[in-house]
Amino acid sequence: MDIVFVNLFGLGLIGLIVWYFWLSKPEGTFAGITSDGVQEAFIVVKGGYSPDTIRVTAGRPVRLVFNRQESDPCSERVVVDAFGLSADLPQGSSVPVVFTPIEAGSYEFACQMGMLRGKVVVS
Amino acid sequence: MRDPVCGMRVGPEALRTKGHPDVGFCSDHCLTAFLTYPDRYLSAPEREGAVVANRHHTRDGTSSAQRVHLAVDGMTCASCVSTVESALEAVPGVTGARVNFAAGTAAIDVTSSTPISALTAAVSGTGYTAELVDEGVDSSDRERINSERRYRLLMRKFWFAAVVSLPVIYFSYPEIFPGVPEKGSTALWWIWLAMGVLTLPVLAWSGSQFFTGAWAAFRHRSANMHTLIAIGISAAWLYSTTAVVFPGVFPEEMLRDVFYDVTSVVTALVVLGTALELRARARTSEAMKKLIGLQAKTARVLRHGTEIDMPVNDVVVGDVIVVRPGEKIPVDGMVLSGSSAVDESMVTGEPIPVEKTEGATVIGATINRTGTFRFEATRVGRETMLAQIIGMVRDAQGSKAPIQRTVDRVSGYFVPAVMIIAVLTFMVWYSFGPSPALVYAVITMVTVLVIACPCALGLATPTSLMVGIGKGAENGILIRSGDALETAHRIDTVVVDKTGTITRGEPSLTDIIAFADHTEEEVLVLAASAEKGSEHPLGESIVRAAAERGLVLSDPDQFSAVPGHGIEARVDDRRVVLGTLKLMADRGVAAGAAEARLEELSEQGKTAMVVAVDGELAGVVAVADTVKEDSTEAIARLHRLGLEVVMLTGDNQRTAAAIARRVGIDRVLAEVLPDEKATQIKLLQAEGKTVAMVGDGINDAPALAQADVGLAMGTGTDVAMESGDITLIKGSLTGVATSIELSKATMRNIHQNLVGAFAYNTLGIPIAAGVLYPAFGLLLSPLIAGAAMAFSSVTVVTNANRLRRFQPTRTMEVS
Repeated sequence: MDIVFVNLFGLGLIGLIVWYFWLSKPEGTFAGITSDGVQEAFIVVKGGYSPDTIRVTAGRPVRLVFNRQESDPCSERVVVDAFGLSADLPQGSSVPVVFTPIEAGSYEFACQMGMLRGKVVVS
Repeated sequence: MRDPVCGMRVGPEALRTKGHPDVGFCSDHCLTAFLTYPDRYLSAPEREGAVVANRHHTRDGTSSAQRVHLAVDGMTCASCVSTVESALEAVPGVTGARVNFAAGTAAIDVTSSTPISALTAAVSGTGYTAELVDEGVDSSDRERINSERRYRLLMRKFWFAAVVSLPVIYFSYPEIFPGVPEKGSTALWWIWLAMGVLTLPVLAWSGSQFFTGAWAAFRHRSANMHTLIAIGISAAWLYSTTAVVFPGVFPEEMLRDVFYDVTSVVTALVVLGTALELRARARTSEAMKKLIGLQAKTARVLRHGTEIDMPVNDVVVGDVIVVRPGEKIPVDGMVLSGSSAVDESMVTGEPIPVEKTEGATVIGATINRTGTFRFEATRVGRETMLAQIIGMVRDAQGSKAPIQRTVDRVSGYFVPAVMIIAVLTFMVWYSFGPSPALVYAVITMVTVLVIACPCALGLATPTSLMVGIGKGAENGILIRSGDALETAHRIDTVVVDKTGTITRGEPSLTDIIAFADHTEEEVLVLAASAEKGSEHPLGESIVRAAAERGLVLSDPDQFSAVPGHGIEARVDDRRVVLGTLKLMADRGVAAGAAEARLEELSEQGKTAMVVAVDGELAGVVAVADTVKEDSTEAIARLHRLGLEVVMLTGDNQRTAAAIARRVGIDRVLAEVLPDEKATQIKLLQAEGKTVAMVGDGINDAPALAQADVGLAMGTGTDVAMESGDITLIKGSLTGVATSIELSKATMRNIHQNLVGAFAYNTLGIPIAAGVLYPAFGLLLSPLIAGAAMAFSSVTVVTNANRLRRFQPTRTMEVS
């Protein structure tokens, strides 16, 4: 009896893992627009990117300002591969990364090892 | 002697004041400042107020509005900006403050009487921290200090966990170690309870980063190594504590066991692994640190006839700088007077010092060896060659090799997949495992979680790339991106533009042949006068030859160039056509008489041009380009790498073949017009070849772009860094062979890392899950799994660091 229960629980847990890590989609944060017309988002880097999904519109420059608040070297560099950009993130200082997405789509930014990930959703 | 106001070093001829004969001043401004508040400068010459003044000397030594730059840390939102700004503006003496949130800096206009401590205190009062932006301590130094601090913290955490582990291991195995009370005894129950309490700080302190890291990742719907370790060590601790505190949960006696050793030992090992990995990773960026360290700190600038030592950041374009033997050249510039041999190896990779005389360009950060000279600064700050190299290397190290994109796709699924495997392992052992099934299920699950190492996978490519690209920079090879590095190892054909790469690219006149009743001198005067308007190197060499012979030239009218064929112009009302036979035919000049001589000259590898005056054949001039001395060796090295070398040139077949023979090239594409170069590359690619193009980066830009990998050759300071995938600072073909060797070595290293990391995980995880148990009764201890995990990522980084020993192959001298 308890074997059945444990296995059902295990399957449920697996389902939860699949849903939480792979299937669920976070809504994301809309980037603010500055007076000079740049879509700007401030991202805190600490064990991940907060927020990790930035929503922007195409054809207008995007400025992601990263502020790394941890000493873990995993996050010391952010790479926006689709735009060929990368930036060192010294602990505590804010580093802007600027690009202009032309086409709608989802563009990933990640640490160099690809462990921390976020994305810019362009519509 | 130092100016007490600004801190500059001043000579004996500095401005003085009677009241204080022992101090001197660089300018009126400093003298005035001193006379106004003498006590401030005399009581504490190094006080921060002095630093304020120091930063704002303009070139003529006067002081403009004083501005201080502070680095402000801790600002997380744009609203912090106004808080910091108003705090700064409230400081007496501050006339304005602007905070740049993006850069994390504040620019503050102050009167000279405001000490910097008042500014930093004002920022601290708002809850942020600020420090003076001091170019001497750049961000890489700060990173180094942070990383060192982190390493020491991790080692303290490790030692704590290690010390706790010793008694915990001892008392965890009553059946192995003597003197441990037997299982079920009250004494052992108390000991186990003590172990549970003792391992709690191991979890909470030594292993805290696993929990914070796991939680941070979880919030972002992702999971990483921290997640796996955190679940593993806490599952072991929770099971053990339940068995000790609530034994009633487990009806069977056999289930009442503890695994505190798993908690403490795995924590200790993984923390140690993280610390060692941190150390090893710091070494991967050593080449970068070396480059940054090359920058000169001070410059000796000539102002008002006085040599003044000043921070290199205060040097402006146009400053005249004095460099003595053994000193570092602070910025890029042009020699005004004096001469010396300069060691440029740190920037160009060229080991032999380069002679510099008047008019020569010098590169900042290189070292003056023999003589004293003065030079004018032409590029300073971010514009210098070194700064550009640093920027380019930094960007390249941050780029991704295409192979990593595949790895990234896998690593996105990796950790959750491991978690699923761990759950499945638990289910299978619980359902089908031997008794006590629950214990086996927990232990195998923990082992699976602990052995999986996503870090090894994640680190495999970027660390090798860091080392490989850094190593390139040390050898004067700037690799633009991971893409370029990866493609370069697949190259099978190298196309080399002849001029400027195989040869020096500075042709000189070798032959003049006069026809009909013309004299050699006349032919040269006509040719050189016509070429006066030309910017073509061949034309320049003819003009130079005429000047060397002291001939008087006329100015040409109606100059026009026929690309790839020659030029035409009017000289002293005579129509001069200079160029190939094809051009002569087009212009209706009968040049048959010259054909034999032309053939003879091109046989010798010379470029011969027909000179026609007023439609009549007048003569032939020939110029030849000299082959660089290391071209032959470099081509031999390329051949040894198994590459086909193709020479591309606008020269005629015969001239080209002569040079190709001399340097040992197999295939020649001659008579290629400048705008056809890219097409030729395309044709080679159509043959199924992966083509690298080597060119000077200016004229060959389209061909470099068309090639799979474009290698731009620099000459001295004039590096066309933007045009190639790979830039060779030193204009030598040997760099091409070295680049390809380096690319192959780096890709080999990446493959070793990836294969190792994949093999480790694909073998380790099933073994941890117990696949070998049914057949061999073999089960992995979670302690061993923890050790394997901790050292797999260290191994990857250490393997990447092996690349630091990369050496370009040296070929034996060809006699």
